[in-house]
Amino acid sequence: MQQQQEKWDWTTGQRKIGDFPAWQDRFSYMEEPYVSGDGEKIAAIVKTEDETFTACVNGTLWESQYDNLWHLCFTPDQRALALVSDMAMWTVAVDGTAWENWYEFVWKPCFAKNAPHITVAAQKELRYRALTNDVPWENEFFALTHLTVSPDGKTAAAVVQDTKLPEADIEKFQESGFTVAINGKPWNNHYVNIWELAFSANGIHLAAELRTSLYDYTIAVDDQAWKKRYAGVWAPRFHPLDHSVTAPVRMAGGWGLAKDDEILWDPKYVQLWHHMYSPDGSRIAAITAPEYGKWTITVNDRPWKIRFTELVTDAVFSPAGDRVGCVGKTEGQWYVAIDDQIWGTGQDMAWQPVFSPDSTHVAAKVEKNGQFAILLNGRPIDMTFADAWQPAFSPDSRKLLIRAILPQNQGGHYCRIVLDVDSVALSERRPGNA
Amino acid sequence: MNQNNQKDTANNKNGIYDVGIDKGASRLTPEKIRKVFDALVETEGGARLRAYTNACVHCGLCSDACHHFLSKDNDPRLSPAGKVKQTISRILNKKAKLDVDFVKQACETVFTECNLCRRCVIYCPFGIDVAYLMLFVRRGCHQLGVVPQYIQDTAHSHASTFNQMWVRDDEWIDTLQWQEEEARDEIPDLRIPIDKKGADIFYSLIGPEPKFRAQLIYQMAVIFHMAGADWTLPSAPGWDNSDMCMFTGDMEMTARLKKIHFEAAMDLKAKRIVMGECGHAFRSVYDVGNRTLGWKMPPLPMVHAIEFYAEIFREKRIEILEKFDRPVTLHDPCNIVRGRGLGDEARYVINETCSTFIELEPNREHNFCCGAGGGVINCGPPFKNKRVESNRVKADQLAAARDKGAEVLIAPCHNCHGGLEDVIHHYELGLELKFLGDIIYECMKKE
Repeated sequence: MQQQQEKWDWTTGQRKIGDFPAWQDRFSYMEEPYVSGDGEKIAAIVKTEDETFTACVNGTLWESQYDNLWHLCFTPDQRALALVSDMAMWTVAVDGTAWENWYEFVWKPCFAKNAPHITVAAQKELRYRALTNDVPWENEFFALTHLTVSPDGKTAAAVVQDTKLPEADIEKFQESGFTVAINGKPWNNHYVNIWELAFSANGIHLAAELRTSLYDYTIAVDDQAWKKRYAGVWAPRFHPLDHSVTAPVRMAGGWGLAKDDEILWDPKYVQLWHHMYSPDGSRIAAITAPEYGKWTITVNDRPWKIRFTELVTDAVFSPAGDRVGCVGKTEGQWYVAIDDQIWGTGQDMAWQPVFSPDSTHVAAKVEKNGQFAILLNGRPIDMTFADAWQPAFSPDSRKLLIRAILPQNQGGHYCRIVLDVDSVALSERRPGNA
Repeated sequence: MNQNNQKDTANNKNGIYDVGIDKGASRLTPEKIRKVFDALVETEGGARLRAYTNACVHCGLCSDACHHFLSKDNDPRLSPAGKVKQTISRILNKKAKLDVDFVKQACETVFTECNLCRRCVIYCPFGIDVAYLMLFVRRGCHQLGVVPQYIQDTAHSHASTFNQMWVRDDEWIDTLQWQEEEARDEIPDLRIPIDKKGADIFYSLIGPEPKFRAQLIYQMAVIFHMAGADWTLPSAPGWDNSDMCMFTGDMEMTARLKKIHFEAAMDLKAKRIVMGECGHAFRSVYDVGNRTLGWKMPPLPMVHAIEFYAEIFREKRIEILEKFDRPVTLHDPCNIVRGRGLGDEARYVINETCSTFIELEPNREHNFCCGAGGGVINCGPPFKNKRVESNRVKADQLAAARDKGAEVLIAPCHNCHGGLEDVIHHYELGLELKFLGDIIYECMKKE
């Protein structure tokens, strides 16, 4: 991704793209727009004069038109992707070109951050499989959920059912009917239920969150279940370097963190989930409730001092791993918080903060009174938008890319705006406490 | 596969064989039963359990509140206090023998003879929450592996698909697109927005809608469209707000279900959740599930469909062309009226949409349960006749409204629909059953 971002246009200034305001008059039906990560493309699902559907990308329609089209998005390498239907069959279309394999349904496109591979779930005649780059798994299953791809995008895994469960047969169900398939090849062992899957950084190992009976929850790594059973578990994560596995576990009414089946953080939390590693693996952060109804971020088993009464979400490490950001909500107001400090006044909505590659700057998209703004290091940039997407920093951390639609009174254009971080005009509003 | 043909081992008081109860209990010993219940009392039976069980003086004021008791000729065994005495009181009495027969009886009692409707709570001088006590015993039954087959199967569905009807991920999306296509014949630009990030409203509903009642999705889409609402539904699991695990005692799965429900809304950056016309799901989302996870209140604002309907009428965002002209009556669902106080809001919506309204007597928080709630209907065919016969008072109540002229019964709750359909059919009441959304859709301006 970093390599890709170096190729993006980081020239300071504002550039209109796609003549977006004209689209409203041009199409009788248009859905909300999506933009590419580099900001160079804007796209929307539109209805044509022939009453078919297609994608409009920067004002140009895809040549192919379809009976239906959904899940328009951009891949990490800036290609427009949609799930398309003709004659009641579905496939993936990338930049307007449909894959060769068509199914009765396809859904859940999955991408790796740094690779061009695309994986999708598919169903035909009530048999399920996944396809990567239009190549289907050899094996098919009676059910397929929790499709996940490895960091390089070459490997896909999913929770599958390889035997059919008789209807309402509770005995059979509890004998364990679910397993994991990796690139179509199932594990040997079966479990009562399996949920979130996680690949190791090298894509070789896979961990799964599961239960071995209605009461016994644990983690399996490469089809080997941990020995201990817990009252609950949440999604596992691999250490980025040594491939050990950690997962939130519930014991004696409290949540803690287990590493390779041994307690790492004592189960003293009312809740603990969405844990994550810093890139070097030296720090673990998680969303926690140290007390009932009070939410915060905990780093290396030490909770921040601030508390949100309603929720914490969108936690993220900085690229250097030395900083942590999140979004929190108290008394109906949404806030961005960085390193145990809450930014400014409350918002109607706040999005996951974005760190610069050198970790010195943080930007976040927020919404207030129907207008969108970008906060930079806790202060609003002196512009508001009719819509906006997540901001991005240049690889040298000196530029900030804003992808936004200008307000109607400024023409309603979609613009790609690059600002110099050191000279950006900030509003006078300063951060305070929630 | 129906495993209820094997009636040879049925040994409970009604002669009903249920594989979940009978086969589950057959694996137990008195020692295991005592051990599991004692551990449950020790770990999860806190002050609330002690306060309720110690406070009951067996005054019997709860009896006349219970539709099971009233419908079965005042059988004292079916009074709320009687059900407490036969189940949790024995569990708490360390000298009492808890054998296999006890577990089977207790399981049938707490799963099929109490709807957790909490009507008795408002007549109890001490406010004892009998539903809590019944749920406590259900939790023990779950831990013993003794749960009626059909509701256990529903819990398995929740655990595997995150919805209660075994609806696959692709079926769900396909159903939304099918309903959108159907609705576009009526309103060409109508959209059922899937995964629309930043929408104001995250709409959640329950599994039976895509499975059996897809027209309700269509109708709600039309209501949202005409009200100018910015709404969305997720393509991934989290769309089903229902929760039978709360009723089987599998609170670990309840937590998992509510986590994915709220996180689906958070991931889409929705500002609030509007949920469809369901009662038990409201309790799960607003009271039980959120608190099981550590949220004091739902982390996002959430309203029941009744509240949303009332909001769009007050704000004049939809227009009624002509009021529904057949006389209607209203069944107040327990979880959203006794539990949430939405009785006035429901009547406001009816007043906006219907020309003639006839009250059921009693009504609002005093209304009788439909007989389906609390997971009782989900215990399935083996208990259907018993369930309907245990709600004769509901039939009498509905018949009285019918005799005053009511032709249509409005029930803004899915479980209530299931229960009331059976009551109307069994007692030949001749009432037509509708959701509020049915009435609004039928009468609203759609151009």
